[in-house]
Amino acid sequence: MPTELSSRRAPACVRNRIAALTLFGAFWATPAMTQAPVDRAPLHEMSWGRATMLLTEVLEYAPQSAARPVLFDLIGWTGGAVHRFVLKADGSVATVGQATHGEFQALYGRLVSPFWDAQVGVRTDLRRAAGTSASRTGFLVGLQGIAPGWFELEPSLFVPTDGNVSLDFTGSYDLYLTQRLVLQPRLESSISLRDDPAFGIGRGVAGSSLGLRARYEWRREFAPYVGVVWESDFGRTAELARLAGRETSDVLMVIGLRLWR
Amino acid sequence: MSLNDPLDRRPLSRRTMLQSLGAVGLIAGADRLLPDWARSGAVAGPRPALVPRTINGESVHELDVATTRLRIDGRATTATTINGTVPGPLIRLREGSEAVLRVRNHLEQDTSIHWHGLLVPSGMDGVPGLSFPGIAPGEMFEYRFAVGQAGTYWYHSHSGLQEQLGHYGPLVIDPADPYPHAFDREFTVVLSDWTFESPYRILDRLKKQPDYFNFQRRTVGDFFRDVAQEGFMPTLRDRMMWSSMRMNPTDITDVTGATYSFLLNGLAAEDNWTGIFRPGERVLLRIINAAAGSYFDVRVPGVPMTVVGVSGQYVEPVETEEFRIAIAETYDVIVQLPDDRPYTIFAEAMDRSGFAAGTLATQAGQRGELPSRRRRPTLSMMDMGMSMGMDHAGMPGMGGGAMGTGTRRAPPGDEHAGHDMPAGAVTPPTKPLRAPGTLPEASTHGRDRHGVGNAMTPMNLQSRLAEPGAGLGEDGRRVLVYTDLRALSARADFRAPLREVELHLTGNMERFMWAIDGVPFRDAAPIEFTFGERLRLTLVNDTMMNHPMHLHGMWMELENGHGDRCPRVHTVNVKPSEKVSLLVTADAPGRWAFHCHVLLHMEVGMFREVRVSGAGHTGHEGDHRAD
Repeated sequence: MPTELSSRRAPACVRNRIAALTLFGAFWATPAMTQAPVDRAPLHEMSWGRATMLLTEVLEYAPQSAARPVLFDLIGWTGGAVHRFVLKADGSVATVGQATHGEFQALYGRLVSPFWDAQVGVRTDLRRAAGTSASRTGFLVGLQGIAPGWFELEPSLFVPTDGNVSLDFTGSYDLYLTQRLVLQPRLESSISLRDDPAFGIGRGVAGSSLGLRARYEWRREFAPYVGVVWESDFGRTAELARLAGRETSDVLMVIGLRLWR
Repeated sequence: MSLNDPLDRRPLSRRTMLQSLGAVGLIAGADRLLPDWARSGAVAGPRPALVPRTINGESVHELDVATTRLRIDGRATTATTINGTVPGPLIRLREGSEAVLRVRNHLEQDTSIHWHGLLVPSGMDGVPGLSFPGIAPGEMFEYRFAVGQAGTYWYHSHSGLQEQLGHYGPLVIDPADPYPHAFDREFTVVLSDWTFESPYRILDRLKKQPDYFNFQRRTVGDFFRDVAQEGFMPTLRDRMMWSSMRMNPTDITDVTGATYSFLLNGLAAEDNWTGIFRPGERVLLRIINAAAGSYFDVRVPGVPMTVVGVSGQYVEPVETEEFRIAIAETYDVIVQLPDDRPYTIFAEAMDRSGFAAGTLATQAGQRGELPSRRRRPTLSMMDMGMSMGMDHAGMPGMGGGAMGTGTRRAPPGDEHAGHDMPAGAVTPPTKPLRAPGTLPEASTHGRDRHGVGNAMTPMNLQSRLAEPGAGLGEDGRRVLVYTDLRALSARADFRAPLREVELHLTGNMERFMWAIDGVPFRDAAPIEFTFGERLRLTLVNDTMMNHPMHLHGMWMELENGHGDRCPRVHTVNVKPSEKVSLLVTADAPGRWAFHCHVLLHMEVGMFREVRVSGAGHTGHEGDHRAD
């Protein structure tokens, strides 16, 4: 019976990859294959199947910035074509000084239309600066997908336990200059309902970053890039920053690696 | 026929000599002196057919499936082989005989062999889980069936992705009656694609980046080139149209020459497979597309080809200069080679990312000239199903005229053509079905968009049988289209269908979800046919890719406008946004496979069980050994 066959066992590639999700170190553990393994091929599962992916959409270093931060925007998922477990991490770690912040999300994603994943789950924000640290956790609901025009969009609504709701947005576009050289404009923005001094966030449009990165897909999975990122605070957030003696805008030159497997 | 022509033996004797040399060479450690093909097991010329062994007075074909180290395209690799080679040996059967084929599995996992295009009892059809349990490691399975047909076919594994690993070979059935067409010599030409990567890894990558293997995307440079040629606004409109659909017009095949080596009889073009002919001879080429993911456009530059068979079935001879062979199709063509010079068999991948080639030569060592390569095609509005009001069915000859296609371009007029169908309706049972053998009416897509597994629903569905397909027929050459094909003789049992089964071929490239009606095999109920019934199978391609659809166990009569001369096929290509109809007589009880022959599309669920039962049959005949 075909149904019995399908339940025999998951393909080896899937089983091997489940372990890979949590560890960065395992990222390059499997060498490129030069020949096909011909043993242990499963019989036809003939379904959309499962996969596990880990992607460093942003993993970069800004050597000329005062804090010399490492910036990251990572996404990992495991699951089928429709249902997925998704992990996201977005933030920066200073290598000079202590300014560190990050958002971490653990989500369930479900394909609700051919190009859109609806995601729900928890998000935790961490922030450390000049001897203070803060954290907040809450519920997140969002979308991730491709809008007409091939824009990759990721809007989300964050409802932390302290009630300071924020709306976050990430959008990017891949422009193929050649078959391997890709220019990617990328916009990240956040709108907050209230002031949250612990996070340096003011009501309204809190902060935005606009990046332009040029990557070279040496392999699809291995693309070094250079870029320029303009970060700016607006409105109340900018006022809070000025009061705290921080810069309200910065231009970062970055070098990075876009990796996946 | 000249199967026993001494010329045919020449490569064999040379091979035998080199094999002996190889044995000596191994002792002397001089194996490396041999050319690659001598070590690969694939010889650079025709190989003799598998010689059956006589066991208890029976002629038994013995096939050993094993993992073999060999060289392909100049590199050492590991393949799943049949009798040690890729492709496997040529199996030659005779119409009217009983075939006995013993398959031994030397692999560490299950295997199977499906006889592609052969009408055999369900239990002999070789689909694990449907027709039989599969062949476990170390086991032998004896296939035994009456051979009731003649022609060019092939065989391959139906287990996992073994086919991509080399598990396929040619199968030719000599007719009981004389051939209706004359030829002096014949060669079997197996086209295929090979990758040095694991096909499971390839599938995994496609799930993460669907255009992973496409290195022919439209770039910013192409934009400015098109602006210069077409003007700014038309180019912008074109780009906006595609991007608003979130479709890629260069998405011709999923897996490309970026990883594939394209092979002709197991050899890359550089290894130059060569068939020897004498000037003036008529040479029959039995061309088989055994690729897992590649369509080829085939020609012999300098001479026309006369197509005499498709899917192993005779067709009225039709002359062409180039034809597209979908995955799993077989074409018999005759070429008359007048001159004492080498001729190239050129099979360019549909997306132009590579080619397979061999030479028809008058003496060994010759190499035919390679024609210049063409630019990759892009998909059109027609492929998107956005061609408002275009109606091929109602405009016979339009495809032929516009595309500069084959010699027999106008199918008989189709009085039923037109937009008389209510939007989106499957033919209501009260409405009489149109006449058998006619082209399907154009219609619009129904409301059912087949869920998240289907990214696109074409607005307008129509017959595209008179079109050669994207990128073919654009350089002034005569090319073959499906409407050119007419069965050699009228079918005596040609009847009208009593019902219609409509299936939509669906896909969402972004997540590599391929299915039928948006449901993958694992979650789908079987399609029920009643034994003995005559039905119309209508296939609607809702995707932007070509799908070669293959029905096991029964012929499909391709309704291409030629009435009772509609050709019988085991595999039919369905173009993007196309509606194709086929007549099927459900004369084979049991459980059968119906699927897309793009191996990875099948693997992710573009597959159905067809169960033929009723009239005394349970539909479970396949669960038992035949007889």
